[in-house]
Amino acid sequence: MPSDLALSQAARPQQPQADRAAERAERAQLKSRLRRAERMKQLKAFGLIAPLLLFLLITFVVPIADMMLRSVHDTDLSEVWPRTTAAIEQWEDRTQLPPEPVYAAIAQDMKDSRANRTIAQAARRLNYDANGARTFVMGTARRLPDTAESWKSTMIDIDEAWGEIDTFGAIARASGPFTSFYLLNAIDLEKTATGEIVSAPEQEAVYVDIFTRTFVISMTVTLICALLGFPVAYLLANLPPKIANVMMILVLLPFWTSLLVRTAAWVVLLQEQGLVNDALIFTGILDEPVRLIYNRIGVYIAMVHILLPFMILPLYSVMKGIKPVYMKAATSLGAPPTTAFLRVYLPQTIPGLSAGGLLVFIISIGYYITPALVGGAADQMISYFIAFYTSDTVNWGMASALGAVLLVATMILYGVYNRLIGADKMRLG
Amino acid sequence: MANTHSRTTSEKLWTTILWTSSVLVLFFLMAPIIAIMPLSFNGGQFLTYPLQGFSFQWYQEFFQSEDWMRSLKNSFIVGIAATMLATTLGTLASLGLVRATFRGKAIIMGILLSPMIVPLVITAVGFYFFFAPLGLTASYTGMILAHTALATPFVVITVSATLQGFDMNLARAGASLGASPTRVFFAIILPLIAPGLASGALFAFATSFDEVVVVLFVAGPEQRTLPREMFSGIRENISPTITAVATILTVLSVFLLSTLEALRRRGERLRGTKG
Repeated sequence: MPSDLALSQAARPQQPQADRAAERAERAQLKSRLRRAERMKQLKAFGLIAPLLLFLLITFVVPIADMMLRSVHDTDLSEVWPRTTAAIEQWEDRTQLPPEPVYAAIAQDMKDSRANRTIAQAARRLNYDANGARTFVMGTARRLPDTAESWKSTMIDIDEAWGEIDTFGAIARASGPFTSFYLLNAIDLEKTATGEIVSAPEQEAVYVDIFTRTFVISMTVTLICALLGFPVAYLLANLPPKIANVMMILVLLPFWTSLLVRTAAWVVLLQEQGLVNDALIFTGILDEPVRLIYNRIGVYIAMVHILLPFMILPLYSVMKGIKPVYMKAATSLGAPPTTAFLRVYLPQTIPGLSAGGLLVFIISIGYYITPALVGGAADQMISYFIAFYTSDTVNWGMASALGAVLLVATMILYGVYNRLIGADKMRLG
Repeated sequence: MANTHSRTTSEKLWTTILWTSSVLVLFFLMAPIIAIMPLSFNGGQFLTYPLQGFSFQWYQEFFQSEDWMRSLKNSFIVGIAATMLATTLGTLASLGLVRATFRGKAIIMGILLSPMIVPLVITAVGFYFFFAPLGLTASYTGMILAHTALATPFVVITVSATLQGFDMNLARAGASLGASPTRVFFAIILPLIAPGLASGALFAFATSFDEVVVVLFVAGPEQRTLPREMFSGIRENISPTITAVATILTVLSVFLLSTLEALRRRGERLRGTKG
């Protein structure tokens, strides 16, 4: 259209003033009409995206945001012990035991919650923080008198836990509505009654170890995948397409086979009387069967098997684009093949290695099913503990906090991946 | 002379190493899947070689077990429903995405792809917390919604890629000849992107059919799917029936993979491009 306009202008070089003004107006009108058309087009485009966007916001983004909120939102105690969580504010000097009104509030709340059977919720929440809290809360509640001169001394008489500042620290930390307790706990830290952040006691400091373990397993799996995937990708990229396509099926078929099928296969084959042990003994590599499952070896074997195609596929597509002339140029200039490979070929494969590596690593750190089925107790990764706190101990705050740490780690890695490779180029095989 | 000679021997050595290691890795990839198939025809009770005779007893056990059959049915119900929903939503969104140039497209793309990126345990626990108060746990509706969310990124990626290779002038030609946008879509765009659409749908189905983590949290005993039943089977006491199920599922994957490959070829032919 604009070229038509230019043409008509050229054809009529001499124009009366009025005509030119009309034309300017027409052009402005056209411009705004084009802009409107473009706006309509974008609106339509958004209209097409909107149903899915809305669907995912409601069924996916909101649930995950809600879960993240649970890691800092803490109303378990304030729901059942409202007087206590209000009265704890009166506890000013946190190096001393709280004043009488706090004790009175706790005593009243304990009696009420015992009467309407909600005390277990309070006891459970305090038990997350202070070991043995369940026992002394339930025990004290049973033995509280109807009236008392001083609730403070009565309660301390019943159970000396009421004479420890830490007990009230736990109550203060659980008073909500927001808490840093779970998130700090997820990285082995805790807040003292006076508000200092310190390392958690040794027997409770388990999470950093679990994160380290998750990292070590994922890193090892990634490295093994790179090591095993490299020659295969190289061969596939350099063979004539006919043979390469056939060999590619050997990579894609496992990729498409159900995760549960592959895990089941390894559980069967890695048993002490399984095929792998039989083969190792038959070939004389081993004298007697070794334990290959329910330990770290089993986890590595099964995870590498499942994740290897994620390394081979991006590596292959990058290697496919490397022109052989570079290697020829290097050798013709006198570089020995090893030097040519290391200094000319290898650097060109780095985009593929980093894409595959990041992909394998990102998937690894969130792995749950395979370690749960082929690993031992000491091989469980962070996902296992998120699941454990959700369904076994119903400590949803802790599950959410560990989930938050995992999600943040994944998002950062994914951001790196996106920067390097681009999200839409994720290969699906 | 001596130099060239040594170079060719070292080259030969490298070629040998390359082939040996590649064959070993490919063997590692394929062997476990193939090795458990014969076990499913074992006449004995054990999961070990050598086989003790040939029998179909484990297949019989699978097809006659109420639990396994229910799980198979559930997998198809949830899989097909989630595939239809995900393919519809994902295709519409892809049609919008190829036209979209507005600001915030990158953020929207990030949200649309996020179900593929967020670790499954987080997704599963998120669904669980969210569905429980709404009464959607232990319901087909909850499972279908969850699997639809998980499957949509695969549809969006596959269909968007197909649309990028689509010549929009064909749609413009249709429009200029007076066809309505709906008619343009059904008469011109849809037949040409159909192979991509079908691949996207297959990806969606495979995602749902193989998913177990969300099912672990969201499904009740009535909604257990095939992978969920396998999970319990492997964990509790692994019986040869599992190998029969595994064999059936592997055959299904071969079928799925060949269909995808055929679709890819067809798509290339339709668009007149190769590679």
